[in-house]
Amino acid sequence: MLDVPPAGARAGIHAAANILSDSEKIVRDQVLRVTARNEEQIALLRVLGEQEELQVDFWRHPNIPGHPVDLRVPFPNLQGVKKLLDFRNFSYSIMIEDVQELLDEEKESMRRSRRVKRSSRTFDFASYHTIDEIYDWMDVLVEDHPKLVSKIQIGQSYENRPLYVLKFSTGGSNRPAVWLDTGIHSREWITQATGVWTANKIAQEYGQDPSVTAILDSMDIFLEIVTNPDGFAFTHSSNRLWRKTRSINAGSRCVGVDPNRNWDAGFGGAGSSSNPCSETYHGPHAHSEKEVRAIVDFIRAHGKVKSVISIHSYSQMLLFPYGYRRAPAPDHQEMNELAKKAVSDLAAVFGTKYTYGSIANTIYMAGGTTIDWAYDNGVKYSFTLELRDSGRYGFLLPSSQIVPTATETWPALLDIMVHVLEHPY
Amino acid sequence: MELPPSHFPAARAAAVAVGYLRYLRGGPGRGLQLREVRSARRQDIDDVGHKYYLELELEDVLDKGSTVNCTAEVLYHLGSKTSAPDVQVTVQGELRSTEQADKEFYNRIRSLEKELEAENIPDSHGNVPPELEPIHLLAWAASGYVIWQNSTENTKFHLAQVKHVKQVKRSDEDLQFDYVLLLHEMVSQEVLPCGVSVLWHPQRGARVCHGPGSA
Repeated sequence: MLDVPPAGARAGIHAAANILSDSEKIVRDQVLRVTARNEEQIALLRVLGEQEELQVDFWRHPNIPGHPVDLRVPFPNLQGVKKLLDFRNFSYSIMIEDVQELLDEEKESMRRSRRVKRSSRTFDFASYHTIDEIYDWMDVLVEDHPKLVSKIQIGQSYENRPLYVLKFSTGGSNRPAVWLDTGIHSREWITQATGVWTANKIAQEYGQDPSVTAILDSMDIFLEIVTNPDGFAFTHSSNRLWRKTRSINAGSRCVGVDPNRNWDAGFGGAGSSSNPCSETYHGPHAHSEKEVRAIVDFIRAHGKVKSVISIHSYSQMLLFPYGYRRAPAPDHQEMNELAKKAVSDLAAVFGTKYTYGSIANTIYMAGGTTIDWAYDNGVKYSFTLELRDSGRYGFLLPSSQIVPTATETWPALLDIMVHVLEHPY
Repeated sequence: MELPPSHFPAARAAAVAVGYLRYLRGGPGRGLQLREVRSARRQDIDDVGHKYYLELELEDVLDKGSTVNCTAEVLYHLGSKTSAPDVQVTVQGELRSTEQADKEFYNRIRSLEKELEAENIPDSHGNVPPELEPIHLLAWAASGYVIWQNSTENTKFHLAQVKHVKQVKRSDEDLQFDYVLLLHEMVSQEVLPCGVSVLWHPQRGARVCHGPGSA
């Protein structure tokens, strides 16, 4: 029952440390696990804890008989405490023989893990991550590329989660900018994952790839990876196929608004629903959703956003305005040509076939979409991407396809951004 | 009238045709999906409905190197909420044989001590354990039937997930699986649960019974 800690080498090292230290070193302190058989023993343990000179500290408090009580006992008082326990017929065992050693090991392992985690390049891009993991990684990316990347907060979600945007900039003041967002529909997990990969790619390629360098030497890029954080958290905790925001709808038991029907362009029109229980519920009014409002305010205040690329899944399409009307937009021809090129360059990577065209003609009528609003508010080059796949896995795209998807999408994004750079307006 | 092959009226009709074909020819060893709509034409027939003529390029997900061409006709009945579209599909050439894979799957399931039961295929990360892949493909084939039966010109269905599957022991030679499928409808974006009972046999292929639990 009473396990004597092995003497010898360990004792030697720590004895030396004991002499040297003046900070609170808990050398050779032990943690004892005690089981109280009845209420009387519980009371005794409590009394033990109250005796200040023993400096016993409970890691697990005495509460119910039969439940283990863990107490850390400082080295000098070990003998005394154990004598007391034996005298009172407590059964106990030594749970941790040397607390300091454990702490040292833990510190070392955390240091090792931080060294590994702390590089944005060693993040596992081929897995789906939680919101916390993505937010942590964003800080790492900023740390790794302090002169290029910064993180800004543009607002808060309905459930008060921060809305973070990565800013890629080589300087200047109020340069023309490209806006990218992923994850506005939370169940489209391939998009947030692609956003992470793409953020890393942009940071990596500045100074390496001529196109990226040219773009960032004149323009800024803003990338919001988790555009709907409440929905995203919900897909992890409760319903993998949740699409909308998580705002409460007055007078309805149904939650959430479709953030891609909530924009003030053809708001409330065909392809959106006035029923709060619907997946395409447009909301009580345009920009009612904080997640949408934050982007609207940001783009308006910025004043020089030249392109909005909103990334969704699935269907393998590259779409441009309009969704709220069938008639072609004034810049239809130019957008169509650009889409054709982008889709061709995407297909060149792995053979993935995309279709392209205006939202209303290619996929369905949809009022109140992001890119319609952007286009009608002066952002000429507004595109929506629908990433892989074409239906076999749909929203549940295998994580093994994250890197291939992001890899093939990259040239399409570059095509658009280069075109924006070369066609200032 | 000619239709742009990549735009939605053609795409929706193509999805119905492929769903129908997947039901007829799909199974645990074959998953047919659309690669491209080559051409599409629509004919409006007075007092009858809209008829789509399609040229499709398909592929078997288990044999991605080769493509299969087919022609299809999809007739959506006028004003119909209750009857399924009429579909005809003609496959050009032969589909790769699945005899070996079918036999292996059949024997494996027959030799299970306990009836197979599983859920969430794929899981949240899109993973399907290799031993459940045939179950997933069979569900995909069965979903083809449901999609065909429930489609209109204003819908486009895909199988989102197999929520649950339970094998039901039978006294005859068929395998029976009762599925709860989640179907994603693209236009409304709704995810709809649907229970189907599926019989399958290597020679007889997949058959959907109306309602779970029925023989």
